[in-house]
Amino acid sequence: MMTRSVLPILTVVMAIVALWYGGAVLMNKRWTMDQAARAGVELSLAEVVADTLSQDRPKLPAPHQVITELWNTTGAKVLEGRAFSKRSLIFHGWITLSATLLGFAIGTGLGIALAVGIVHNRAMDMSVMPWAIASQTIPILAIAPMIIVVLNSIGVQGLLPKAIISAYLSFFPVVVGMVKGLRSPDAMQLDLMRTYSASGTQVFSMLRLPSSMPYLFTSLKVGMAASLVGAIVGELPTGAIRGLGARLLAGSYYGQTVQIWSALFAAAILAATLVGLIGLIQRITLKRMGMAR
Amino acid sequence: MKTPVIKADHLDLVFQTNDGPVQALSDVSLDVEKGDFVSFIGPSGCGKTTFLRCVAALEHPTGGTLRVNGMTPDMARQERSYGYVFQAAGLYPWRTIARNIRLPLEIMGFSKAEQETRVQKVLELVDLAGFGNKYPWQLSGGMQQRASIARALAFDADILLMDEPFGALDEIVRDHLNEQLLELWARTQKTCLFVTHSIPEAVYLSTKIVVMSPRPGRITDVIDNTLPRARPLDIRDTPEFLEIAHRVREGLRAGHAYDD
Ligand SMILES: Nc1ncnc2c1ncn2[C@@H]1O[C@H](COP(=O)(O)OP(=O)(O)OP(=O)(O)O)[C@@H](O)[C@H]1O
Ligand SMILES: [Mg+2]
Repeated sequence: MMTRSVLPILTVVMAIVALWYGGAVLMNKRWTMDQAARAGVELSLAEVVADTLSQDRPKLPAPHQVITELWNTTGAKVLEGRAFSKRSLIFHGWITLSATLLGFAIGTGLGIALAVGIVHNRAMDMSVMPWAIASQTIPILAIAPMIIVVLNSIGVQGLLPKAIISAYLSFFPVVVGMVKGLRSPDAMQLDLMRTYSASGTQVFSMLRLPSSMPYLFTSLKVGMAASLVGAIVGELPTGAIRGLGARLLAGSYYGQTVQIWSALFAAAILAATLVGLIGLIQRITLKRMGMAR
Repeated sequence: MKTPVIKADHLDLVFQTNDGPVQALSDVSLDVEKGDFVSFIGPSGCGKTTFLRCVAALEHPTGGTLRVNGMTPDMARQERSYGYVFQAAGLYPWRTIARNIRLPLEIMGFSKAEQETRVQKVLELVDLAGFGNKYPWQLSGGMQQRASIARALAFDADILLMDEPFGALDEIVRDHLNEQLLELWARTQKTCLFVTHSIPEAVYLSTKIVVMSPRPGRITDVIDNTLPRARPLDIRDTPEFLEIAHRVREGLRAGHAYDD
């Protein structure tokens, strides 16, 4: 079972890495050639390839450059005992992670509250959803600077504005998933509760809420990824100096492509870890509820 | 004279649908005495489910009067007069069998100890002792349906409403469950209202068979079952049995004559 799934994955990864190296050679070749021409030297093919894969500011950094940078800014820093220095991705990752988690918590709480309202209140059912959908049609890049500036003007800085942008993105999948989940019990199950003269609270806690669990976890995964995007976007407009978003921005200011790519990878690894963690909690929870076989 | 457990007088029920009104029940009058086992049989759409749902106060008649234990159906529900068994077992997948049966007891506020003893009692009654800790998906369809009957019995309602509870099961399982249901009925003295599409099932189980016909849904015949209460499965081959079955079939055919 393990080997059967590992082999295809490995093949795909190998193919991507090969393509990546090929792309790096092609995209960085120009600069190598120009430099050689300026210096008036002839380069052999091997020398060209070697140079394209070891430039300081390549158009496309090679995989090993990104991995080296990732190691230098994480593991190596830990070994030096400076895991939380300004040059450490662990430090920047932590900044982004804290905003992500706070935003995720706010967004999830808001999303669940709205979903409960929508399912139980006709007025909210009619009015909330259109606004929720409208909120997601506005590009986050347009609205993020406004949120930051407005909050800044009333003295709110740092973690909270970023978390609010995170929450803005992550509440939506939770609302949609939870509304669907809370409405998933069929007419017969609801009738059964009526024959017991069950109260609204009892129907909610004994039927609607447990039925919604699989839906909730699915939307939490989407919401977590959206939260991370929100936190990174929230770091862009202010010219922040801390966080993965700030690393991306600084990298692009100074043409530090290796730094950009390593920040991108750090973000991707962070997202995968967080979503995987939710998946794990989902498995454990559903298993304990007896819903997973 | 004793008052009937269920007394329907000239019940009418009209559903307002997008395609206009649908007369689901028309002038339905019926008395059910305590301890009766009444089967409802008739073609699809003749209002069997609707009648049961009226008794359970899940629908409300648009005309006539309906009394359950001398009360309105809504009051009777508050008094926990009936347990309802749906066509699908409808057990909650996140609860074990025992906790599924405990569901109505939790809602109705029985004490923990009382819940425990009642769950054990009804589990034995439907022959599922030892399966309390299983999840629904670990049980066969017939066992699940038995669990749902146990759930309806748990809070000791004296009326059991069953809407095609064995409709989705194969004949062999169904025979077995019919036998068990009769035994359970004899032991508990409940009043049973039972919807079915099967003539043998109706004749085998009932003390009274109500034949209905559609458009508009109404009662065309009420047949008193003269068979003795103790009924082994092979009673179904006796001439008495076949004669009653024949009457039911005739009643169904007569109802259909109104069609076309
Ligand atoms: N909620 C409803 N809204 C509108 N019409 C309904 C509703 N419930 C039932 N009906 C209609 O009332 C009539 C009687 O339906 P009912 O479900 O009682 O039939 P039934 O005898 O139980 O049929 P079956 O044997 O198929 O279960 C049908 O014509 C049906 O379409
Ligand atoms: Mg029906």
